[in-house]
Amino acid sequence: MKRKTITGVFVSAIVFFTFASPLPAAQLTVEVTNLTHGIHFTPLLITAHDNATHLFQGGATGTSSLQSMAECGDISGLVSDLGGEDADTVANPAGGVLAPGTTTVASLDTTATGNTHLSLVAMLLPTNDGFVGADSLKIPEIPGNYIFYLNGYDAGTEANSELLDTSGCSPGMPGMPAAPGGDAGTGGTGVASSDSNPSVHIHRGNLGDTDVSGGFSDLDSRIHRWLNPVAKVVITVQ
Amino acid sequence: MKRMTRVQWIGAALFLSVFVALAGCDNDDAAPPAREGTYRVVVTNLTGNQPLSPLGAVIHFGGYTGWEIGAAASPGLERLAEGGDPADFLAEAQGNADVLSTGSGSGPIGPGASDNVSLTTTPSPDLRLTWATMLVNTNDAFIGMAGLSIGDLAVGESKTVYAHPYDAGTEENTETASTMPGPAGGGEGFNAQRLDRDFVSAHSGVVTSDDGLATSALDESHRFLAPVAKIVVTRTQ
Repeated sequence: MKRKTITGVFVSAIVFFTFASPLPAAQLTVEVTNLTHGIHFTPLLITAHDNATHLFQGGATGTSSLQSMAECGDISGLVSDLGGEDADTVANPAGGVLAPGTTTVASLDTTATGNTHLSLVAMLLPTNDGFVGADSLKIPEIPGNYIFYLNGYDAGTEANSELLDTSGCSPGMPGMPAAPGGDAGTGGTGVASSDSNPSVHIHRGNLGDTDVSGGFSDLDSRIHRWLNPVAKVVITVQ
Repeated sequence: MKRMTRVQWIGAALFLSVFVALAGCDNDDAAPPAREGTYRVVVTNLTGNQPLSPLGAVIHFGGYTGWEIGAAASPGLERLAEGGDPADFLAEAQGNADVLSTGSGSGPIGPGASDNVSLTTTPSPDLRLTWATMLVNTNDAFIGMAGLSIGDLAVGESKTVYAHPYDAGTEENTETASTMPGPAGGGEGFNAQRLDRDFVSAHSGVVTSDDGLATSALDESHRFLAPVAKIVVTRTQ
């Protein structure tokens, strides 16, 4: 038994120092491009954190802070959850929405925190509770440019009715809060009345229709659909 | 959490090295190398409304291929992709000399749910993993990975990959109730007739009755975009 214990310590030590090195990546820039044709991103939250932190996880129920981001574009709850000391966070680098085809850049310095992983979220508009997300990407340690492509997620917290309601937004309230492109319709009867999967999952995309004053949806199927990926991220490690 | 500085880490490493070296002196004969490796495959269903059929998983060397894009599906893969039963797919694998271990999941995996299969074999740098499962509210859509390298995993390490949907090409994508075995259709699963293009390709998604295919038993909730599942492979011993 003694030998087993000692061997265990040895193996643990080797694995630990080989694969869990805490040496920080130091300075990096994160460039985010909206790859969609007709979907805006609400203010982005980009954060470096330790390997145990998640803003969301596929297959898990979203937090109330995630719900606020995914339904209303409000990242303040997630910023608060991350805390000031242990995370390197950039909120709203684009100074507002990130339009289709445009790019923004954020700079992070993990020297003081030694943070090793990166997460990113922003709501997709117009959707009910869709968001673009990166869940805890390992920040590369060797200087260089690294490209990641991100998918559209569904927070699972609101039915995808695809009905526009610009009267204000609070989590749990049905409806899409805005269509920044000004290209949505009105008078839809509603696409979905419930969410079959209440946990965070890959968004099935908007349905839309071609009737601007009726039909199922207030969205335009020729404008508001997408395929994954919806964002390109270039991490430059200096 | 307070973090250690680089100097502290180096100090800790040296301390542990000395400890390990001293500890090694207590034992005359070296510990034998690990003889078995166990690989746990966890699949999480990331679709909105597409249950997955029970997993089929295979660990193998390079001489086995579960499917190839552009080539006809094997009869076992056809049965898995049309009816959700992995048994024949796994039996075919077991007949291949390069296959080391096979296993199946505990049951269907609902949207948002996970299931896992653990397979044990002799570790080797050349180990590969193949797994597959059906999207049951379709005619013959399946997801999986053919030959993911897992031989580089040390004990305790894992790798996370996202899976894209394939079309087995063995049944036309009519989406009628009588031809889909899942809860949306409740119809026939496997049928040995090959009525489609008869080669495996990427799947183009479902159309559904809400998007103009009046004869479809599917509604807009059954649509999916890639990726449709997350897979985490962990070497547990």
